[in-house]
Amino acid sequence: MNAVASYNFAYLDEQTKRMIRRAILKAIAIPGYQVPFSSREMPMPYGWGTGGVQVTASIIGPDDVLKVIDQGADDTTNAVSIRAFFAKVAQVATTTHTADATIIQTRHRIPEKALGEGQILVYQVPIPEPLRFLEPRETETRKMHALEEYGLMHVKLYEDIARHGRIATTYAYPVKVEGRYVMDPSPTPKFDNPKMHMSAALQLFGAGREHRIYAVPPWTEVVSLDFEDHPFEIQHFEEPCALCGAEQVYLDEVILNDRGGHMYVCSDTDNCEERREAGHVGSLGVKEAAE
Amino acid sequence: MDSSFEGGFADPVLDAQTAFRAIMDALANPGTPRTLGENALSQAPLQAELVSTLLTLSDADTTIWLSASLRSAPVEAFIAFHTGAPLTRDPAKATFALVADVTELPALATFNLGTQEYPDRSTTIVLAVPALSGGDDLVLRGPGVKDHLHCSPKGLPEDFTAQWSDNREVFPRGIDLLLVAHGQVLGLPRSTRIGEGH
Repeated sequence: MNAVASYNFAYLDEQTKRMIRRAILKAIAIPGYQVPFSSREMPMPYGWGTGGVQVTASIIGPDDVLKVIDQGADDTTNAVSIRAFFAKVAQVATTTHTADATIIQTRHRIPEKALGEGQILVYQVPIPEPLRFLEPRETETRKMHALEEYGLMHVKLYEDIARHGRIATTYAYPVKVEGRYVMDPSPTPKFDNPKMHMSAALQLFGAGREHRIYAVPPWTEVVSLDFEDHPFEIQHFEEPCALCGAEQVYLDEVILNDRGGHMYVCSDTDNCEERREAGHVGSLGVKEAAE
Repeated sequence: MDSSFEGGFADPVLDAQTAFRAIMDALANPGTPRTLGENALSQAPLQAELVSTLLTLSDADTTIWLSASLRSAPVEAFIAFHTGAPLTRDPAKATFALVADVTELPALATFNLGTQEYPDRSTTIVLAVPALSGGDDLVLRGPGVKDHLHCSPKGLPEDFTAQWSDNREVFPRGIDLLLVAHGQVLGLPRSTRIGEGH
């Protein structure tokens, strides 16, 4: 026992954890349904992942290994500070390696490496209601979910096609879970949608400001909405990662100068590093110095 | 010394976390038993696994329904002291139902099934069974089950598959079931489809 007063394990008090845990159990039992919960003030502002942090704090134990990513990167502000937060309040081991983690908290990406059984992916969600921009009233969207009335969402996708000739939604692309609930996969690029389908990992979603928790259990059907004549498609990149040469991964564009110079690099930093360590080199990459 | 003060988790924080992860994994992987940990003692007639689940998930915000043999002064005092949870005799008002034996389990549909708008407000039934294997063969399909899975818990109601299919029929409404025995928990969330035989 510490002589000095300290926070409870994983910051949250036990009654809050129980309340969140009960919400998580119901969320797992009703895949894709948003369970209301009493979101707490956290020592970080809304929009910095308070929903994900509360979910992680409620499930994490001393034996867990935590990885946190922000837009695929382990080394950006949000990821670094949340990882440091749990290292401090729960004394858990942290990692940047996808395969070593038992819990991965993420903001807007799913790791490139396929997740395994027993791993848990915790999403930070800004706006959990996929119908919110189409219907601002909670009473109405709740009724629409209750009646499985999702025509409006198809109208929205259809209007995309009428206006742009294709479905122009590129992130937060709506999915249908187990043939019942339409769900917002959080603002991940639609590139990641296929990874949610029949994933071996448990996926938990926490929206702190909006007070909602939802879940996709392992081995669950997650289908991106589309039309027969306009099937769902993911983004394609014309060049591989400039650092590691990876193809079939999600790339970020990096501006190099004010004369139009740019490069594409892996959004998943861990995947990129592991590939470079394994000897893969892209067009602008440098061969790892021989020992 | 009143014995109802005794028997809580020795480490309320980490013991509850261990038991919760077992329950969460059990519901996320229906039909696969998970170990609750041996951190709770039985409070006769309340089995250790029921104690563990109770201490992990209930507090003053959850209404508890007790099956007939559990409705005794020591059990009620234990629940009041350790969780502060209100008790109810009406299964339709229960957040959790603790059932000591299948003979005391009313029809699943008499519990709270939630509403179409708020299906999460349904009852979670925690049923103590003699064993999580060795009973009739059930085939599970649905979320959390890769393709299909066999399991054979003992001590289910005789018309269980028919009752469960009615429960599945009203999805997203419906009860969720946790079966407990020998320090383990097996989850059957309402999303699971159950068939008999292969």
